Amino acid sequence: MRRIRAAVTGAVTLSLVLTATACGGGGEDGGGQATKTLTYWASNQGSSLEVDKKVLQPELDEFERRTGIKVKLEVVPWSDLLNRILTATTSGQGPDVLNIGNTWSASLQATGALLPWDAKNFEAIGGKDRFVDSALGSTGAPGKDPAAVPLYSMAYALYYNKQMFKDAGIAKPPTTWDEVIDAGKKLTKDGKSGIGVEGSNLSNNIHQVFVLGKQHGADFFTADGKPDFTSDGAVAAVKQYVDLMATHKIVAPGNAEYAQNQSLSDFAKDKTGMVLWQTPSQTFASQGMSEDEWGVVPAPVPSGKPGTGTATNSMVAGINMAVFKNTKNLDGALKFVKFMTSDEEQTALNKTYGSVPPVKTAQKDPAFSGPSLAVIRDTLASSAAALPQVPEESQFETVVGTAVKELFADAAAGRPVTTESVKAKLDKAQQQMPKK
Amino acid sequence: MTQTAVTPAREPAVRKATPGGARTARRSGRRRLALPYLLLLPALVLELLVHLVPMLMGVAMSFKELTQFYIRDWASAPWSGLDNFSVSLDFDAAVGQSLLKSFLTTCQFTVLSVGLCWLLGTAAAILLQENFRGRGVLRTLFLVPYALPVYAAVITWAFMFQRDNGLINHVLHDQLGIGDSPAFWLIGDNSFWALLAVSVWKGWPFAFLTVMAGLQNIPRDMYEAASLDGAGVWKQIRHITLPSLRPVNQVLVLVLFLWTFNDFNTPFVLFGEAAPEAADLISLHIYQSSFQTWNFGTGSAMSVLLLLFLLVVTGVYLLLTTRGRKTSDV
Amino acid sequence: MSEAAHGRPSRPRSPMAPPRSFLWTRRIVLTLLTGFVLLPVYVMISSSLKPLEDVSGKFEWIPSALTLRPYADIWETIPLADYFVNSIVVAGAATVFSVVVAIFAAYAVSRYSFRGKRVFTVTVLSTQMFPGILFLLPLFLIYVNIGNATGIALFGSREGLILTYLTFSLPFSIWMLTGYFDSIPRELDEAAKVDGCGPIRALFRVIVPAARPGIVAVAVYAFMTAWGEVLFASVMTNDTTRTLAVGLQGYSTQNDVYWNQVMAASLVVSVPVVVGFLLLQRYLVAGLTAGAVK
Repeated sequence: MRRIRAAVTGAVTLSLVLTATACGGGGEDGGGQATKTLTYWASNQGSSLEVDKKVLQPELDEFERRTGIKVKLEVVPWSDLLNRILTATTSGQGPDVLNIGNTWSASLQATGALLPWDAKNFEAIGGKDRFVDSALGSTGAPGKDPAAVPLYSMAYALYYNKQMFKDAGIAKPPTTWDEVIDAGKKLTKDGKSGIGVEGSNLSNNIHQVFVLGKQHGADFFTADGKPDFTSDGAVAAVKQYVDLMATHKIVAPGNAEYAQNQSLSDFAKDKTGMVLWQTPSQTFASQGMSEDEWGVVPAPVPSGKPGTGTATNSMVAGINMAVFKNTKNLDGALKFVKFMTSDEEQTALNKTYGSVPPVKTAQKDPAFSGPSLAVIRDTLASSAAALPQVPEESQFETVVGTAVKELFADAAAGRPVTTESVKAKLDKAQQQMPKK
Repeated sequence: MTQTAVTPAREPAVRKATPGGARTARRSGRRRLALPYLLLLPALVLELLVHLVPMLMGVAMSFKELTQFYIRDWASAPWSGLDNFSVSLDFDAAVGQSLLKSFLTTCQFTVLSVGLCWLLGTAAAILLQENFRGRGVLRTLFLVPYALPVYAAVITWAFMFQRDNGLINHVLHDQLGIGDSPAFWLIGDNSFWALLAVSVWKGWPFAFLTVMAGLQNIPRDMYEAASLDGAGVWKQIRHITLPSLRPVNQVLVLVLFLWTFNDFNTPFVLFGEAAPEAADLISLHIYQSSFQTWNFGTGSAMSVLLLLFLLVVTGVYLLLTTRGRKTSDV
Repeated sequence: MSEAAHGRPSRPRSPMAPPRSFLWTRRIVLTLLTGFVLLPVYVMISSSLKPLEDVSGKFEWIPSALTLRPYADIWETIPLADYFVNSIVVAGAATVFSVVVAIFAAYAVSRYSFRGKRVFTVTVLSTQMFPGILFLLPLFLIYVNIGNATGIALFGSREGLILTYLTFSLPFSIWMLTGYFDSIPRELDEAAKVDGCGPIRALFRVIVPAARPGIVAVAVYAFMTAWGEVLFASVMTNDTTRTLAVGLQGYSTQNDVYWNQVMAASLVVSVPVVVGFLLLQRYLVAGLTAGAVK
C-alpha cells in the first residue's frame, strides 16, 4: 500500500511539474561546461556503427589531449541522419559539429541552421585554398558562403570482374556507354548479367541519372533554380539508364528492388560483371572478393575521354563537415574542424574509409595513388560535377529518385518504358516539387 | 459484507453518483466534488501535453508555409491561409492526385485487412471454443504474431518477400512452378498483396483474442437449450454464437479500422523510404510529404484532412451501430 | 463478482458429438492458420543460424550449414545490450505509470458522475485517431521548450520517451479499465467505505485487487506498445537512449545487410515480450472479457 501511494505521489508530482513548465518560454540555458566539450554527429562510413566508433575515438582522444576539449561522439545511421538534423534545426538543439552528405549542403544551408563559412571562419581552419575545387563545389549554393567544408571525397567509377571479362572474351574494359552495352551483352548469359543497379535506392538513382543528364547536356534545374525535369535531355538520360534493363537487358530484373547494396554482393559473388559505384573496395573485401579479382576504370562517357560538360562521368560524392550555428562553443568547434581537416587526420581517416582526401596536401600521400584511388582522384579533379546546389535538392532526390524506381519496377515487370512514359513520370515528379 | 452495503436502498443512478455514504458526503462536500477531477488530473495533463496541444499546434502548422526556409523558427513562418489544403485537395494536379490515390489505396487496404482479420480471428476463436487435444497449444501459438514486436516481424517478412532470394518466391516459383519468372513483392503492383499479408498476419490475433473474450460472455445455458432442441454445432454457431458476438464486433471492427488506417510501422519497415505506388498507405504518404520533402505545412494539412475523415467515419459508424443495436435489443 | 472476471471460460458442452463436417473444417482451418503463423517464425529461427553467404543467397528450407556466430556477433555489430536496457527501462516505466494513471482515471469515470465526464472520455478515445505524423514535430518542439525553460531534458532522454509512450497506451487502458471497474459490483467499495475507508483506500483495497486481470491486460498492452514503437523513437533518441526498435536498423549499414544477425537479433529481442505475453495471456482474455467487450 505504501509503495503504491509513493508511486501515485510520484506520478502526480511528475504531471504537476510538467503542467507548470509546459507554458514556459524558450530561454537559452546550456550546460555549464560548454567550452570544454563538443558534441559530434558522425555519419556511418565504416562497415558498422561500432567500427566507426573504434576508428574515430582514438582521433578524438588525440584532439582532447591537444586542446583539452572533450568530444562526445555519436555515430548516426544514415536512415536517421537527415531526420535528426531536421529536428535539431527545428528545435535549435543539436550537436556542435556534424557530418552531412555533401549533396544536402544547399538544402541545409537554406534552413539557416549551419554556420556559414566566411573568410574569417575559413581562416581559422587554415584557408579555403587548402581544399580541392570540385569538393568545394558541393558545399552550398553558388555565390553564398559555404555551409560546410569537405571531409571525405568520393566519385563513381566502373568496377569489373576480371575473371568474368576473361571468360566472356572481353579484351579491354569499356570506356563508353556503347562499349558497356556490348560488354554487358557478352556477359549476360547462364543466369549472370552484365551490370548491376540499385533500382530502389533513391540517392543512387539520382546520382546516375544526374551524370547521364550532364552527358545529354541537361541539368535538372534551370539556371535560376527552377526544377526542369522534363527537358529532352533529362528524359533521354533517365530512359537511357532504365533501358539498361528495359531494352538492353544487361541488368537482371531483380535489381529493380535492390536498395541495400545487393548489387555489390552480386558482383562479389560473380553474378554480375560490372557495377558503377563509389569506393566499394571495403565491401568487396568483406564479401570475400580480393583486390586482384576486380579492376577499375573511369565511369563511361558517350564517346572520347572523360572531361567536363557532356564528358562528365561522375557526381562529386562525399561527406562534408558542418558547424551548427547554435553552438555555444564556436571556438572549440572551429578547432575541431581544423583538426579533422588537417593533413594528418585527412590521410589517416580517408585511408581507413577508402575515400580520397579533399585536402590538396593530404592527397599527395602515396596511399591515394594506388590504381583504384587514382581513378577516383583523377575523376574528381577533371570530370566530376556537383549535384545541383539548390535548396530543393533533397526534394529532388526524393521525387525523381522515386520516379526512376517506379520506371525500373515497370521495366522489371516487362512493361514498356517509352519516352512518353518516362516523361509522364518526370512530369508528375516535377509537379510535386514545392512551388516557388 | 454485501448485506451492510446494500442496506440504504438506492436507485442505481444515485448509487453511481456518490460512492461515499451520506455521512461522509456531507462532511467532505467540497472534496467530493474535487475528487474525480483530481483522479483524472494526471491522465488529463498527459493527454494535453502529448496529444492535444501538439495536435492543435499541428493544426496551426497546416495553415503555415512551413518549408525548410522556416523550420528553424516555425512561429515566424508566414501564414498561408488555406493554400496547403487547396494544394492537397486539387485532384487535377500531381500532389492532390497522388494523395487521393493513396487515400483510395488505404481504404481498399483497410477494408480487406480488417475483413480478413475479423474473419480469421472469429473462425479461429469459434473453432477453438470447444475443448480438444492441442487446444491450449494452438491458442498460445496464434497469439505469437501479436506478441512479436512489429519491427522484428516485418523485417522478417521483408526478408521473405525478396524477389531473388526470398522464401515466398522460392515456394511459389521454384517449388510450385507458378509464373514464368519470379514475381516482385516489394515493388510494383504485388506490393499491395504483400503488405496485406503482413498486416493480416499481424492483426488477426487481436481479433482472435477479442472474439475469444467475447465468447466467454455467452451464457452456457443458451447452448444447452439449443442442443436440447436438437440444434447441431453449425446451427448453434449461426443462431447463438454469431448474433451474441455483435456488440463485441462493433468495438472490434472500429478499433481494427482505426489501427489499420493509421498504420505507419508496417509499411515503413517493409518498404523503407519510398513505398511503391500500389502500397502507398496514407500515413507513409504524409510522412513522405512532410519529412522527406521538408514541407511540414502541407504534411500537416494532409494529416488534418485525414483526422477529419476518421472523425466523420467513426461518428457515423457509432451512430449507425448504436442505433441499430438499440432497436434490435428492444 | 461476475464469473467472467475469474477467467473461467463458459464452454458449450453439447451432448451430441460434433458432426464430421465440423471436425474437418476445424482440422483444415487450424492447420492452415498454424502454417501461416509459424512461417515467419521458422524463417527467423532458421536464418539466424545460417552463415552470411547463405542468407544472402537463395532461400533454403533446411540450412546447409549451421552456425551460432550470429548470436555472438549481434552484440558486437551494434551495442545491442545498451539498447536492450533502454527498451526495458522505457517500456517498463511507461507501463507502470500508464497503469497507475489509467487506474485513477478509470476509477473516476466508473464511480463518479461529474461535469465534463463525457467530454473527457470522448476526447481521450478520439486521440486514438490522431495520425502520429501530425503531432510528431509539435511534440518534439514542446519537449525542447520544456527543456529550455526548466532544464528537464525530455528530448533525447529516456524520460521523454517514457512520457510519450505512456500516453500512447493511456486511452485504450482507461477505456478498458473503466469497463472492468463497471463490472465490479459497487456494493464492494461501498462496504469498504462503511468500514471507514476513504475513496482512495477503497480503490486500492477493493477495486484494484478485484480488477487484477484487467490491470494485467492493460499492462501487457502498454508494454507491447512501448516495446514496438518505431517512428517517435527514431526522432527522439540518441545513441545513449536508442531503443531496440531503432537500434536494429544498425545491422543494415552503408555496405551490407547482415541478414543472419538481423534475424538473430529480432529473435533475441522478441523472446522477452513473447514469453511474457504468453504467460500472461490468460489474464488478457479475462481482462478483455470483462473490460472491453462488455
